[in-house]
Amino acid sequence: MFQKQPTTRTSAAITYLEAIRAAQHKLLSDDPRVFIYGQDIADFGGAFKATKGLANEFPGRVLDSPISEDAQVGMAIGAAIEGMRPIIEMQFADFSTCGFTQIVQHAATHKWRTGVPCPIVIRLPSGGTAGAGPFHSQSMEALYAHYPGLIVMTPATVEDAYTMLLEAVEIDDPVIFCEHKYLYYHLKADGLPSTAMPAGKARVARPGRDATIATYSAMVHESLACATELASDGWEIEVIDLRTVKPLDTDTILASVSRTGRLLAVGEAFPWGGVTAEIIARVATEGFDLLDAPPMRLNAKDTPVPYHPNLWGTHRPTATSIMAAMRKLLGA
Amino acid sequence: MLQARAGLSTQPEANEDKERYLGVYRWMLLARVLEEKLAILYRGGKITGGVFLGRGQEALSAALGSALKKGDIFGPLIRDMAGRLAFGEDITDAARTYLGSRLGPMRGRDGNIHRGEPAKGYYAMISHLGAMVASVAGGLFARRLKGETGVVGATCVGDGATSTGSFHEGLNMAAVEKLPLVVIVANNQYAYSTSNARQYACEDLVQRALGYGIAGYKIDGTDPTACIETVFEAVARARAGDGPQMIVADLLRLVGHGEHDDFHYMSHALKVSPIGRDCLDVAREQLISAGWATPAHLDNLRDQASAEVENACSTALREPLPDPNQEDWCALHTRRLAEGAET
Repeated sequence: MFQKQPTTRTSAAITYLEAIRAAQHKLLSDDPRVFIYGQDIADFGGAFKATKGLANEFPGRVLDSPISEDAQVGMAIGAAIEGMRPIIEMQFADFSTCGFTQIVQHAATHKWRTGVPCPIVIRLPSGGTAGAGPFHSQSMEALYAHYPGLIVMTPATVEDAYTMLLEAVEIDDPVIFCEHKYLYYHLKADGLPSTAMPAGKARVARPGRDATIATYSAMVHESLACATELASDGWEIEVIDLRTVKPLDTDTILASVSRTGRLLAVGEAFPWGGVTAEIIARVATEGFDLLDAPPMRLNAKDTPVPYHPNLWGTHRPTATSIMAAMRKLLGA
Repeated sequence: MLQARAGLSTQPEANEDKERYLGVYRWMLLARVLEEKLAILYRGGKITGGVFLGRGQEALSAALGSALKKGDIFGPLIRDMAGRLAFGEDITDAARTYLGSRLGPMRGRDGNIHRGEPAKGYYAMISHLGAMVASVAGGLFARRLKGETGVVGATCVGDGATSTGSFHEGLNMAAVEKLPLVVIVANNQYAYSTSNARQYACEDLVQRALGYGIAGYKIDGTDPTACIETVFEAVARARAGDGPQMIVADLLRLVGHGEHDDFHYMSHALKVSPIGRDCLDVAREQLISAGWATPAHLDNLRDQASAEVENACSTALREPLPDPNQEDWCALHTRRLAEGAET
């Protein structure tokens, strides 16, 4: 299970978190329009150290903000209108609700209303970790994906964390960058890539023929662990890493389902509505004839995210619960 | 710094003051005449959606729009027709957004009071009150990063917006960054129907400036002389690097919240009190008593404004309306990333 075996690449040189820092370093180096604004991000280097050392290296461009998420985003919008490329670090994704108005009412509507783009990137340290509890664990991607005018990225790999953040800043629209805290230290790669798939394209993380798991972010790794486990029983499970949840790469999902005939959508967010519901809805409406069994979805439970690891480990989907759902889907 | 200003100021004598006053007066008058026309068109069913007028607030708004320069940033609120025009908005564009022309800056996608041209520093407000404080501050922050100096940003709120978290966060942030931001609080005594007694408990909103560590000014918003003096001074101080400036102007909204609102809730005592004065009437008296204009001159200015308004409205009324079949239904600038985009 992914939780117990965080990486198979023990010679790894760079973590998911370090990739995010490296991307920001490159952006600050290469693009004078870029600045970073967030709480405790300057000398302190951020709650997770995603901006460690950057304030020193780029004076005046990595700045501590007051505890004012609404003003942080509002400020970024004004700066973007004036041609800058601000990156806002939310200390935790959960706190982005305090900036929700500026994000979904102001940034998201700006291009449509005025014709002037609003290229801001809002980094959301997302998802659960053991002991983090109800207010430091949330997955907000569905909320933001709901609003027209926003792009929502959910990188699952070190490589994507790096290249997608670079791309997010290049994109002329507001991007919600959901980086998963559970992957910050667990996930490692040998180095940083120089090429990347573009945003909006999903990736086949593991090919298969018996069923498709469509998922994203940390759940990609739980799903891969599930697929590895089921392979020992002879099942070949295809795992699709969505990479961006908005836009959602429906074509890649449908192509996979056309090969496997079975679909399980997995997400760490709360169950009502959301990304997994959207996946099921699209496949049911656009690919109903491809299905050999009713599509299934698996999410966290419909309660706040619990604090204690004993509860949290059951609240969110894991390789174990994904496997149980998959055996049901396979009739195995 | 807190500076109390009330009542009629001493009459300025310099020619520069006269020209400034007459300039502001023309914008006040143009806004008033345009809004009177818009109210008629609204009642005639020619305007879809709400119409929110700035009657009674023209002196304050026009003073601000006149104090700003090309290249500054302005984030107006719903009662800032005068300030918008003074800042350089094309009156025909203003008319277009009310009358639905697709040639207007919002192209039918958003309504009249939300209009703006952000690329020209004229930001397009959202309905969520206080939100523009941080965004105008952000625009100023960007200008500073780009090495531009001598830029001022200004935004307007009402008494109601001072109760929002956005107002507090934005102003506090601007103070921390010591940005050249001017915030005008038009205290028109009512937020929609809610009176000040239910809005805040401090003695006067200008006291809040102390809490933010910024300059605060208190003026009679019905007195054009006071509006011009104080707003120009605050803008100059911001431009000189003195950090955020907050002006609280007491006045009364002489109309309903919108034209749909009969404002029956408004206190009669307030209407007949000094802040119930019409700033256009006060301006006329001040201009005539200073010897800066004759009644005939002012009547002539009104005729000119009427002609300009008629021209703008008749132009906008002749123009094509938005067409859903020609609309580009794409909320993103990055078209390849639009949901449902052809690939």
